Amino acid sequence: MLLREPFVEITKTKKRGNLKMKISKETMAVLPDLKPLEAPKDLSKEKIEKILYNMCAIRAFDSRVKELWMANEIYGLAHSYVGAEAIGVGACEALEEADYISSTHRGHGHTLAKGAPIKQMMAELFGKYEGLNRGKGGSMHIADVDIGMLGATGIVGSGMPIALGAALSSDVLGRNTVSICFHGDGGTNQGVWHESLNLAAVWNLPVVFLIENNQYAIATKLGRVARETELYKRAAGYGIEGKVVDGFNVFDVYKTVKKAVDKARKGGGPTLIEARYMRILGHFVADDQHYRDPKEVDCCWEADPVLRIKDYLIESGIFTEKKVEQIENAAKQEVEDAIEYARNECTEPPAETLYDDIYANGEVIK
Amino acid sequence: MSVINVRQALNDAIREEMEKDESVIIMGCDVALRGGPFGVTLGLLDQFGEKRVRDTPISEPAFTGAGVGAAATGLRPIVEILYSDWLTLCTDQLVNMAAKMRYMFGGKVSMPLVVRAPFGAGGGVAAQHSQSFEAWFNHIPGLKVVAPITPYDVKGILKQAIRDDNPVMFFEHKRSYQIKGEVPDNEDYTIPFGKAVVRREGTDVSIISYSMMSIRAQKAAEELAEQGISCEVIDLRSILPLDYETVMSSIAKTNRVVVTQEANLRGGLASDIVAEIIDRGFDLLDAPPVRVGAPNVPMPYNSGLEKICIPSEENIIEAVHKVLSND
Repeated sequence: MLLREPFVEITKTKKRGNLKMKISKETMAVLPDLKPLEAPKDLSKEKIEKILYNMCAIRAFDSRVKELWMANEIYGLAHSYVGAEAIGVGACEALEEADYISSTHRGHGHTLAKGAPIKQMMAELFGKYEGLNRGKGGSMHIADVDIGMLGATGIVGSGMPIALGAALSSDVLGRNTVSICFHGDGGTNQGVWHESLNLAAVWNLPVVFLIENNQYAIATKLGRVARETELYKRAAGYGIEGKVVDGFNVFDVYKTVKKAVDKARKGGGPTLIEARYMRILGHFVADDQHYRDPKEVDCCWEADPVLRIKDYLIESGIFTEKKVEQIENAAKQEVEDAIEYARNECTEPPAETLYDDIYANGEVIK
Repeated sequence: MSVINVRQALNDAIREEMEKDESVIIMGCDVALRGGPFGVTLGLLDQFGEKRVRDTPISEPAFTGAGVGAAATGLRPIVEILYSDWLTLCTDQLVNMAAKMRYMFGGKVSMPLVVRAPFGAGGGVAAQHSQSFEAWFNHIPGLKVVAPITPYDVKGILKQAIRDDNPVMFFEHKRSYQIKGEVPDNEDYTIPFGKAVVRREGTDVSIISYSMMSIRAQKAAEELAEQGISCEVIDLRSILPLDYETVMSSIAKTNRVVVTQEANLRGGLASDIVAEIIDRGFDLLDAPPVRVGAPNVPMPYNSGLEKICIPSEENIIEAVHKVLSND
């Protein structure tokens, strides 16, 4: 099997919408059908503004995180959500405040979209005591259970049963909340992925399994590790509904997830949604992606979800260019303020906090 | 007081806690309709219904992980792993999620999860149904690990485990279900973790034990008494946290210690306990501590070979003689 497909010229097709690049047949096959953006009628202008703001905030946040990591200001590992903004934001917009999400190692976008405070998030990435997790989680374990964000996780696929468990709580306690389990195409090859779909289906739990199919499990392309790459089709094996959406299109994500969430809330059980896109940046912030053809990456920038929504909002007359710019600048400013806060106003966790929160209620077992 | 067996003690503990607190649920393979593979959960489905008593597919990672997610969002799940050997399947969820979420999240989550795991050897169930993995979980900060053996302790400690806001690994010995003992009637008691019990007082050697080994240690002590050797038998009941105060005050009296476990010896709890004893009170010891455990082999099927692999009263007696002869 070829690791890199030779690039051949593909003429622009109607199906592919606004893609202009020469891309390989393989890439062509796995890219989503780029559907034209269309704001759904149930979204108010305020909500659309919030969507744009959140997408821009995530873009700014993770763009700056990459720079800060390169400058040694952020420690450890960080995985960028750049390029996936439409998925996290579109999906979380379909949720209520009391609903839950579980996340992945690429969790900044989910956390922000669910409503976590950007300052405390940035402080956490700086490892500060004022951070969301007291400087003990960092990028890979960022969480905010108070707002229903059940945590990023460094073990691929391990968030599956966590979202399922939150749905179980809802079912037993009659809370009527819904959970979304974000996970990647890499996660779909874990045993627990299959088990969780089956268990959620047979217990008819209010959970939406949302695959962020970015085509790469670290450096391995999906087609090299799965024969069936149309992942939503796997839903049939568990007797649930499977849907595929344009993962570069926030409104397409929102509409499909909203339907699935509404169905789950009414007792209709789980749905599997494949948000198909393609990772633009590397697996983690310093991944040079030498295993990919750069043309493939260029091609993805053509479908940049942030660019797409900005263009759409201006072209459709929903917002003026100036308004869009204002929203984007405000988001960027919030991120800059958060960096200043983390850098200058926060403190290192004292050594005395080392044993804090291993056990409940201040119990220490040494 | 009534005399009941361990099976009933487990059932009573679960039932009483489910009656008291609607957030307590139980799930696992065959726990509902069949009443559990060992009959521990009989009658619970009828009393509490299928939302709270759930048969699961044979999917340990998914249903254990569901327990973790449920514990993080308001339930107090009891997850039953049919044989503790299959904890290997769901260890990711226990070690990487349940044990660490509170810490990773800066204290922002609670994790009131109980994992019941029938463990221990005997009965010819061979290499994949006989193991004792308590040392694995003792190694993980964030977990609690208990292994009571009498009906009184089993009931009180399971009730405590269900009320605890931390993930608790509850190891019940699968050969213990018929063990009988007195349990108070109509008394809602719990037993705090980290409190050992002196099962028999003695002056010559301290024998540290838990679960089935505490019963074997008591029998060994009876026999040794006939030989004029006075053993103090300590039943730890709780492994993490572990009551080193009781252990060390016993050693202060006897100056000699034998530490027992049913698991194979290498990397086991006995080694860890001995190391801790040395750290805390090397000067109290008149002889090097002696460990009792199984040989480092997978459990063989053949009953004769199996017998060699289950630490016995005789092994404990030999160990006591060894610690006494080694000045």
